[in-house]
Amino acid sequence: MIPVLFILIPLLSGLIGFFIKNKNTAKNWSLFASIVVFAVSVCGLALSKTSTALHYSAEWLPSLGSKFSVAMDGLSQILTLLTSISFPVIFIATYNTEYKNAGNFYALMLLAQAGLMGVFVATDALLFYFFWELALIPFYFLCSTWGGEKRIQATFKFFIYTFTGSLLMLIGIIYLYQLTSDHSFSLESFYRLKSIISAKDQTWIFWIFFIAFAIKMPIFPFHTWQPDTYEQSATAVTMVLSGVMVKMGLFGLLRWLAPVVAGGTWLWGDTASALCIIGMVYASLIAIQQDDLKRLVAYSSIAHIGLMCLAVFATTQTGLQGVMIQMFNHGINIIALWIVVELIERKLGTRKISELGGLAQKAPALAVLLMIVALANIALPLTNAFVGEFLMFSGIYTSTATTYNIVFTVAAGINIILSAVYMLNMIQKVFFGNTNALTENAKDIQWNEKLILAALVIVIIAIGVYPQPVLDLTKTTVDTIITKMNFKF
Amino acid sequence: MNAIILSAVWGVVMMFSGAFSKNKMWARYLAIAGAAFLLLANIADMYAQGNPFFHIDTKGMLTFNMFGLLVNAIAFATTLIYFFLSAKDIEEVGPHAGEYFALIFFVLCGVSLVTSYNNLLILFIGIEILSIPLYILTGSSKQNLKSNEAALKYFLMGAFSTGILLLGIAFLYGASKTGSFFIDDIGIGKVPPSPLFIIGLLLLLAALSFKVSAAPFHFWAPDVYDGSPTVFTSFMISVVKGAAFVAFIRLFADSFLEAQPIWQLIMALITAATLFIGNITAVFQQSVKRMLAYSSIAQVGFMLFAILGVGLKTNTAQEGIVLYIAAYSLASIGIFAILARMKDHSFEGFNGLAKQQPLLAGVNTVFFLSLAGIPLTAGFFAKYYMLSIALQTGKYFWLVIFAVFCAAISIYYYFRVIQAMYFKEGEQQEVEASPAFKGMLVAVAVIIVLLGIFPQWLINKLSIIYF
Repeated sequence: MIPVLFILIPLLSGLIGFFIKNKNTAKNWSLFASIVVFAVSVCGLALSKTSTALHYSAEWLPSLGSKFSVAMDGLSQILTLLTSISFPVIFIATYNTEYKNAGNFYALMLLAQAGLMGVFVATDALLFYFFWELALIPFYFLCSTWGGEKRIQATFKFFIYTFTGSLLMLIGIIYLYQLTSDHSFSLESFYRLKSIISAKDQTWIFWIFFIAFAIKMPIFPFHTWQPDTYEQSATAVTMVLSGVMVKMGLFGLLRWLAPVVAGGTWLWGDTASALCIIGMVYASLIAIQQDDLKRLVAYSSIAHIGLMCLAVFATTQTGLQGVMIQMFNHGINIIALWIVVELIERKLGTRKISELGGLAQKAPALAVLLMIVALANIALPLTNAFVGEFLMFSGIYTSTATTYNIVFTVAAGINIILSAVYMLNMIQKVFFGNTNALTENAKDIQWNEKLILAALVIVIIAIGVYPQPVLDLTKTTVDTIITKMNFKF
Repeated sequence: MNAIILSAVWGVVMMFSGAFSKNKMWARYLAIAGAAFLLLANIADMYAQGNPFFHIDTKGMLTFNMFGLLVNAIAFATTLIYFFLSAKDIEEVGPHAGEYFALIFFVLCGVSLVTSYNNLLILFIGIEILSIPLYILTGSSKQNLKSNEAALKYFLMGAFSTGILLLGIAFLYGASKTGSFFIDDIGIGKVPPSPLFIIGLLLLLAALSFKVSAAPFHFWAPDVYDGSPTVFTSFMISVVKGAAFVAFIRLFADSFLEAQPIWQLIMALITAATLFIGNITAVFQQSVKRMLAYSSIAQVGFMLFAILGVGLKTNTAQEGIVLYIAAYSLASIGIFAILARMKDHSFEGFNGLAKQQPLLAGVNTVFFLSLAGIPLTAGFFAKYYMLSIALQTGKYFWLVIFAVFCAAISIYYYFRVIQAMYFKEGEQQEVEASPAFKGMLVAVAVIIVLLGIFPQWLINKLSIIYF
């Protein structure tokens, strides 16, 4: 029942939200709804894995062999947890931001949450596709209505990109469905296809799925929509996009591609990994050049996601374990970074690094908090990202699925160094040095902002020091995926 | 049977409606009652199979199966909704409202003939009964030069294609062993095809492609759809197009199935050309009406997959086309009903509609999302079926990929309207919308969404009692 609540609560409260005209009521209503979802998610964690509350299945389209079936394993749990944490955090952090037609804004945010939740819990391919597309529609309206001047064009590009990818994926889904012996869209039937799909089919099915997911993540060369969209959207929306939505791509890879089309993944893993490596280095180099804070964070996100995708193709237990925990960490870290960007922009009216300086003197609390978030982004020990990246690195290094494991490890290592370059460079220029006319009168952050940033920092350090609960949560799922991925012709 | 007789009778009744009362409203109510009556009679026919109100021995020239009756029901239901939404606009086209309604009922008579023909002569008669009232409706805005041009163009091209149709029928008659017009007799069976048969088949293929406006026989369509009064364009691209498709699919599923190797590749090329021309040209249009005309060609490209896939197991092709016709017709009449109330038909005309008329903009968005094939709308399952048919044939993978990219292009022009409505500022023209009009539009949008979640409500009918 819990996965159904994950979809229903945001969906219904979102629909109600459209009719709330008063700005503050809308704001509080959505905050309340998102907190309820978070509470449900915590309850879900408390339940044992085998609990029937984590599964639900009902007839939907019997003639097509599609069911409304949702279930949660470790992978779903960690991602739904991330989603349910993100939304209240985002609502509180941007509590003081004013939106035109606030009612619609919050309603669309909640609908987006319903779509994301649906993607993470669906165990029926058609249902998965349904939510995959449905999550896109609220984002289309969110990104086009609120944000920078060029938002409409940027969103359009984003939408057409992802829609094309989704349709390609739909072809793959229909093709796999026709191969299933019992004409069913269920994940189980899809898993059984592994040895039925011919080698030739494995290749193209792998690629059409991979392109769909690569556009979402995004992976080079399908990333061009991402910096524009992140830059142009309202920051609250960017947080959801970068913190949660990009995980849809990784999730798809882990749930619907790697275990189902294991042969294709094995055949083309190296090529896909090479794309990840190119994207990581390329994005990091561009991030170093950026003057706009939002674009800097956007490019750094491409680099981090690339590393996770690389670790998936390494097909090792440690690597995959790292991906699981890092998906969560990346969401937390990048949302914290966006909060800082949003604070700076709201206080000073600019995001240009060259126009800022000396903020640490004026806003010490912000500086300390940002420092920790930035260090987590570079994956320093004691921060959460260290755990994830360490596991991923050791996974990539020990990988037997590829003969280039050392090359990949070294290339990914260079990427960590580059990430230190741009993060530290940014901190130096924004927070240290002399104040200028603009930053002279800056004030430190308010209580709600402090609270949220401090909470995120606590999560960052807690997971960094004691990651075991998170690792336990995903362990069985990792084992299952690895067994299913071990397939060679 | 019910539908054929009742629609013809009601058409005659409508013609005289003006004679007894000067009140325009009277014609409207009579027309709505007629459409509702037709729908009910047809549903009665569906449930009481072989037991209709009228018993006429047609010597096997007509056959009534679930597929045809279901398409009839969709056509009548669409017409009924269309009357509710657009009756007022029909009355405004010219002084003789009763006659326009009468012509529409005659078109419906043609629709019920082409969905139930069992003999090529009936197909010919049906298509003529369908087309001739349309020529008149196209030119009904007498003072409008574009309307006149469209009518003339449509008539000339239509007459030409009818000639081709007739020629093809003659060839097939000659090729059949027993000299018969029955569609069961004209197929090739296991005999190798004669040149006579192949020529006849290709001529019919061309003529029917013309009727559904598939490329390269589409040249009449944009001008005719753009030129005729907006209310009638709506009817032409929804109800009429659906019926023409049924004629197409029945002929190719029943008569030419064995000849599939001959025509399947040609059909695939026509499909590709239709998708390409429809989508690419729609991108460059400045008027929403003209864009919709080209987009209707693009949608035909998708529907043609059903013909490519006739003969597949479990009647996927028939199921798909029924769903596609329903989804496309509902969305089209909705969009055109709104469009007909707007004075400015350019994309800019829609600027800021969401502020002025949030409800109209909302339902219009649902319609456009359905045309684009986004999940949760009927259009998604329609497209899903078409893609799945094409994949099941197992031969035309390139065409599926091509169709997917065309669908992505279609996002561009459909979302341009949504963009204009929601994200652009503009001085909004007055859009006249009564609460009843809005309520009806909302009902249509709800049906589209429901069909987008439970398509089996419509399709199950087919799979249970097909034939």
